[in-house]
This record gives sequence, structure tokens and C-alpha cells, in this order.
Amino acid sequence: MASKSVHLSVLQSGFGKTLRRDNWWAGPATTGLIITSFIVYATFRGFENAHYEIGPYLSPMYSPLIDTSFAKGWPIPVSGAMLILGGPASFRLTCYYYRKAYYRAFAMDPPGCAVGERNAHTYNGERKLWIFQNLHRFTLYIAIMFLVFLWHDAVKGLIGWSDGTHLNVGTLVITMNATLLSLYTLSCHALRHLVGGNVNSYSTAFLGGLRFRLWKAVSVLNERHMLFAWMSLFGVGLTDFYVRCISVGAFADARIF
Amino acid sequence: MSDKKATLKIYRGDNDGGEFKTYEVETYPGMVVLDAIHDIQAKQEPGLAVRWNCKAGRCGSCGAEVNGKPKLMCMTRMSAYDDDPEPIMVTPMKAFPILKDLVTDVSQNFRMAQKIPAFAPRPREADGTHRMQQDDIERIQEFRKCIECFLCQNTCHVIRDHGKKEDFAGPRFLIAMAGLDMHPLDTLDRRELLKDEFGIGYCNITRCCTEVCPEHINITDNGIIPMKERVADDYFDPVRWLIRKVGGEEKKKKASLPVIQNETSTPVVKKKKTEKAAKADE
Repeated sequence: MASKSVHLSVLQSGFGKTLRRDNWWAGPATTGLIITSFIVYATFRGFENAHYEIGPYLSPMYSPLIDTSFAKGWPIPVSGAMLILGGPASFRLTCYYYRKAYYRAFAMDPPGCAVGERNAHTYNGERKLWIFQNLHRFTLYIAIMFLVFLWHDAVKGLIGWSDGTHLNVGTLVITMNATLLSLYTLSCHALRHLVGGNVNSYSTAFLGGLRFRLWKAVSVLNERHMLFAWMSLFGVGLTDFYVRCISVGAFADARIF
Repeated sequence: MSDKKATLKIYRGDNDGGEFKTYEVETYPGMVVLDAIHDIQAKQEPGLAVRWNCKAGRCGSCGAEVNGKPKLMCMTRMSAYDDDPEPIMVTPMKAFPILKDLVTDVSQNFRMAQKIPAFAPRPREADGTHRMQQDDIERIQEFRKCIECFLCQNTCHVIRDHGKKEDFAGPRFLIAMAGLDMHPLDTLDRRELLKDEFGIGYCNITRCCTEVCPEHINITDNGIIPMKERVADDYFDPVRWLIRKVGGEEKKKKASLPVIQNETSTPVVKKKKTEKAAKADE
């Protein structure tokens, strides 16, 4: 009886080696491209420190609005976005969906299912360097806090006009962004655990019935967590881009009523 | 019987070496890869080794890799490869030692299974029964669908590429542990075991186990992630740690809770009240 597994050359080992014939690389490549593009754009906007506010609109990258005048004269320019983006970024960094996405796309550990990994390296998973991933629940609390600011901005986009209340395309864009981020946050695995996933016996636990219903509701959203993760990422980028375009006068914000 | 033909390249050999050999088979509507292997066994290569049993996707015996993807051969239609001009490659599961041809030694999984502390239910109720509600066990019923084909163990990169066969339980046994830890009647606390012996921290949520599961068990979202969160409750949550410290409580032990809850469980209490009320009425 064989006692150990060996990697036979005929069965292919090594980085990217696989007998798979489908485009397994397309997913990680697209993921890597989108995430990298977003990071580049967010970095540019963070350093730009302008065109983030016009009328009642505030870019989600600069929400809540922070006065950075205290940093005048500092050797490094400081913008509100630089102080803010760490919060939502930590939520996405430790997100159970994005972990799959970037471990495959960037760490290539693994690059795909049943696809050979990069050359032999020490692997500790999320036990040592990445052990902070266990703190995802705290980043969830931060994300929920940001939702409050974003919904405030959405309401302000409707009623915050100098001439009263009216609905513009920008209002819809900002509201859409808050909605997508809410769906992404409320479908979080850590929230699913906290609202009821940690209960073993709903029929006997304190508020068991309510916790079961909450857990079921979050579970429904959780099934689409990946979808919400991507849609909300695009939502943030596009909303910021829209506010910037209005601010620089690239086009006018159309009024609906 | 159609006269359509398919070409298969099958790994022939053992752990010390082997090669691909090419075979041609006649296909027919509904034919699966395992049928093709049996056809080759019957007509061309009697010595071709393959493990199989039910041919219905229930026993989990015929796991292999077809064109590089971990699959049950009995559930993989030959017609799925009709558009591919290349021969169908059939190889043994890569993560396990090869005994012969397509047969691998999966005994490491059975050794891991033996490490799991068995189900330890709370005491029976006064009438000698155990009661639980459907809401309580709905989650773990999904895990009971597992047929132990070990395709998830095979595709998990922690086992397959990093060879952590002793330090990491693998997806199949993490959901087995989840099924026990979430069980409304179970009284054991297995979280320390999960963290240390079973190495749940090695899992980096890349979800290959879920992708290959022939039973479509949502291993990652419904099994592994909830267990990671439960381990985080006990070992990685500084707020909970502080509350336990300040409150002077020992780490919350699951053992004491269900028994207490059992004694006051709703169905029993209701039944007793009804009996008492009936007597009072008399």
C-alpha cells in the first residue's frame, strides 16, 4: 500500500500547471484588473483632494466630510478621503468573499481550483500574518457606521437644495450607492453569525425565534454577497466619478422634478 | 447504440510512476465517463483499476479528475465533451497516494474522521425522548448530504498543494464538526480542537471545495465560515475576551447550556402545564 502522495511529472505540478481546459485564469485575471483599477482610481482621488462636493452632493469617498485644515503645512498632503478610505477598505479586505478573490488573483494561493500553485513556499493560511482576518466583525461595525453617513448624504441629495426639495439624477446615483453598500453590508457573513448564526437551539435560546428569522433574512442576502460586493464597489467608483464630473462641469446634473 | 466514438487518455500506473494510455470507446446517449471506463475494462484492458460501487452518485467511490476537474465519474456525461476535439483526460485524485491507475488511497480521511469527538447529546427528557425543532436542525441537515467522495479534500489547495494532511482537517471534516457544533442536542465544545488540531486557520476561503461538491453542499458559506466565526468568538474577539475577564467568567462552555435549556424547553413545559391544568380541572 502506498504510504505517501507524490507529484508525478505526468500529472503535472508547478505554477499554473493543470489539465483543466476551461479559462480558469479569466476569473482571477478580471478580479485582479478590477481591484487594481479601483485602487489606482481611489488613490488618485485621495490625492486630488478636490471636486468631491457640489451642491448637496458629496462623494462617497469623502463622506463624512472632514476638515483637514489642521494638516496644512504638513510635508504629506492629507485629504478627507485618505482619512476615511481605511474604514471601508478594512471591511472589504477582511470580507469573506474578497478573501477568495484576492487570494486567487494576487497571492495565487491557489490561482484556481486544481491548478498548480507558485513554487514551494511556506503556507500558514490565516494563522499567522493573516490572522487579523478574524477581526472582520469589527470592520463590519465600521461599515455600518459609514452607512449612516451615506444615507444621510442620500437624503441630503433630495432635500438639501437651496431652493427646496427636488430629485435629480445625482440624487438617484447617490441613493443607489447607499442602497448597494447597504445590501453588501447586510449580507455580510459576520453579521449572519452575529444576528443568529451563533445560536444552536433557536427554540430554546433567548429571543430564539427573532434570531432565527433574522438569521434567515441575512442568509437570503448572504447568498448574493459576491454580487453585492462587486456592484457596491462599482457603485462607489461611479458615484464618485459622477460627482467629480458634475463638479468639474463635464456635464449638467439633470433634474427629474 | 450509436457509432460515435470518443477517445480517452487514462492514467495507468501507481505512486512510483505511470503514463497516459489512449483508448477509444463507442459512445451512446446518456453514457457517463464511468461507463466508458467499464467499457475499456471489459473489452480492452481488464487490468484497468477503478473504484466504483453505486453508479448513481450516492456512494462517492468513483472520484477522479476528468480534464483536470475533480468529478464523480458516474455523474459526468461523455456528451459534455462532445465539442472538445482533444481526448478526455482521466486521472486519479491528485491529493491522495495512487494505489493503481484511478484508485487512490483515501485512508488518511478515515484517520482524520476518527479524531472527531463523537456526538454527545444532553440527557434525555423525562419521557425518555430528545426533542428539537425543525428550525434548530435545518442548517445541519445540509451537511448530512455528504457522501464522502473526498473531492473537496482533493481539490483543497491546503491538502493538495501544501500537503498539510495531518495539520488540517479539510473541508469534509470541517463540515462534520460544524454539524456537531451546531447540533441543538450536542454538549461538547469542539472549538479548541477546530482551532488547533484541525487547523481551521489554514483555510483561506478560496471555495474550491464548494465548487466541486457533487451534492452541492455550500461547504464554505454554511459550514466553514460559521465555524471560523465561532472560533473567532472564543479566541479572536478582544471585546468578548474583555467581557469574560471583567465579568470573571471562564470561557463560555457549551456543555452547561443545553442541559439547562432542555429542562425548561417549551414543548415539555407546555405539556406539563397542560397535564396540571387537566388535573386542576378534574
